[in-house]
Amino acid sequence: MSRENVMKSRAIPERMSGNEAVSFAIRQVNPDVMPAFPITPSTEIPQMVSTFIANGEIDTEFIPVESEHSAMSAAIGAEAAGARTMTATSSAGLALMWEELLLAASNRLPIVLTLVNRTLSGPININCDHSDGMGARDTGWIQIYAENNQEAYDNYIQAFPIAEDPRVHLPVMICQDGFITSHAVENIELLEDAPVKAFVGEYEPEEFLLNPGKPVSVGPYSVSAYAMEAKKAQEAAMERAGEVILEVGECFGKMSGRSYGFFEEYRTEDAEYLMIIMGSAAGTAKAAVDLLREEGHKVGVLKLRVFRPFPEKEIAEAISRSGCRAVAIMDRCESYNGCSGPLGSEIPAGLYRNKVMTQTVNYIYGLAGRDFTVDHVRDIFAELEEVAQGTMKAPNHKYIGLRE
Amino acid sequence: MRTDITKINERSPYTDLTEGLQLFAGGTSRLFGTGEWRTNTPVLDQDKCRQCLLCAPVCPDSCIPVKDGKRLCFDYEHCKGCGICVKACPFGAITMKEGIEA
Repeated sequence: MSRENVMKSRAIPERMSGNEAVSFAIRQVNPDVMPAFPITPSTEIPQMVSTFIANGEIDTEFIPVESEHSAMSAAIGAEAAGARTMTATSSAGLALMWEELLLAASNRLPIVLTLVNRTLSGPININCDHSDGMGARDTGWIQIYAENNQEAYDNYIQAFPIAEDPRVHLPVMICQDGFITSHAVENIELLEDAPVKAFVGEYEPEEFLLNPGKPVSVGPYSVSAYAMEAKKAQEAAMERAGEVILEVGECFGKMSGRSYGFFEEYRTEDAEYLMIIMGSAAGTAKAAVDLLREEGHKVGVLKLRVFRPFPEKEIAEAISRSGCRAVAIMDRCESYNGCSGPLGSEIPAGLYRNKVMTQTVNYIYGLAGRDFTVDHVRDIFAELEEVAQGTMKAPNHKYIGLRE
Repeated sequence: MRTDITKINERSPYTDLTEGLQLFAGGTSRLFGTGEWRTNTPVLDQDKCRQCLLCAPVCPDSCIPVKDGKRLCFDYEHCKGCGICVKACPFGAITMKEGIEA
């Protein structure tokens, strides 16, 4: 993509679900190959893309596979062959891709996966939490989370320029909350086809398997003398991904009027109490913050968008800058480590490493589709205030809305 | 960039490795002697062999070379000693011998 002359797009007002929005973006990108297997709540995406293909709107090669293990295997093969490749999945589907997720990353293949977040069994349940995405947090994929259909659409378009940048060459997971975002129909501003196509550009890999006269071997066996260096090189690419994500997010703003960073700071300037939250529940948190601000409470939300690479320095700086007294760290996922959820582990570690000693409290909410409401947010901020004033001992790893 | 991988060795820093350890050459498995993995070794009895060639295509490591319609001796540089050829031979011309030597 050209970062200098970004074509501006007119906004096209529409009403769509998150799955429709991502499928619309796929139609605009017209990827070369899509291997996919249906799983709730992401099933609509391959279904809609198949319709676009059947109607002749795009010429993507759709591979109906027998499992998600095969879907990611086929995606790796197609991407290595030189084709721009994407797939979609949820929950157990992502879990079945496990082995291949790591291979996609270690072979430095810029595959794009749209993940519609759903809890992992058990107990078996089809509703939203982040246990699928969080489970894959150490697979070497870039992970970007959306609050709503608009962000799912915008993030998807940015995924290819991020993944395919020569400084990165890593796969990207674009995450949206199952049912809450994927199936709820909301207003959205779509972009015109031509600027989106220009923004994403043609995929022209330097090295690929189907390149006559220029043979290449992908994914060779590595002895111990090389494997550790290869892993470090992959890690360095993840570190470089940060600057590319910011560049692409800014360029996207030139096209659409909506710029993106690692996270959104909502009414944090003078906030005494902050909530860090990811995904659709950030909307609930913002609505609660608006109400609390009207009542005179200085509260704000830091909505995390980019989870991998993990912007710990920037989060620490934002918390330090706000000068807040206490932070609620919200996890829509259990880690079963006996002390915290994944964000509840990583954010305090990041604060400590950056010598920001703000009090944090980790909460677990919304598991397996449990409602998370404005009243819950109010209660959490009230609790933070008591913790900061010393009238209450900080709860640790507390479940929201739990019957006790 | 097509890095000359012969210049990469066990002293190369991680920044000098190719992306994803890609090798910019074809047929590189020839350089990798998997024969030393063998614990048992297939041996061909020339007298019993009728050159039916049922053994050659079933070898998972392409270690039974065929030339002018006739199979040659095993490629012991790469044969891992799986014994599939023994099962494929209808004439009992291939037997497994204990150890790495033929």
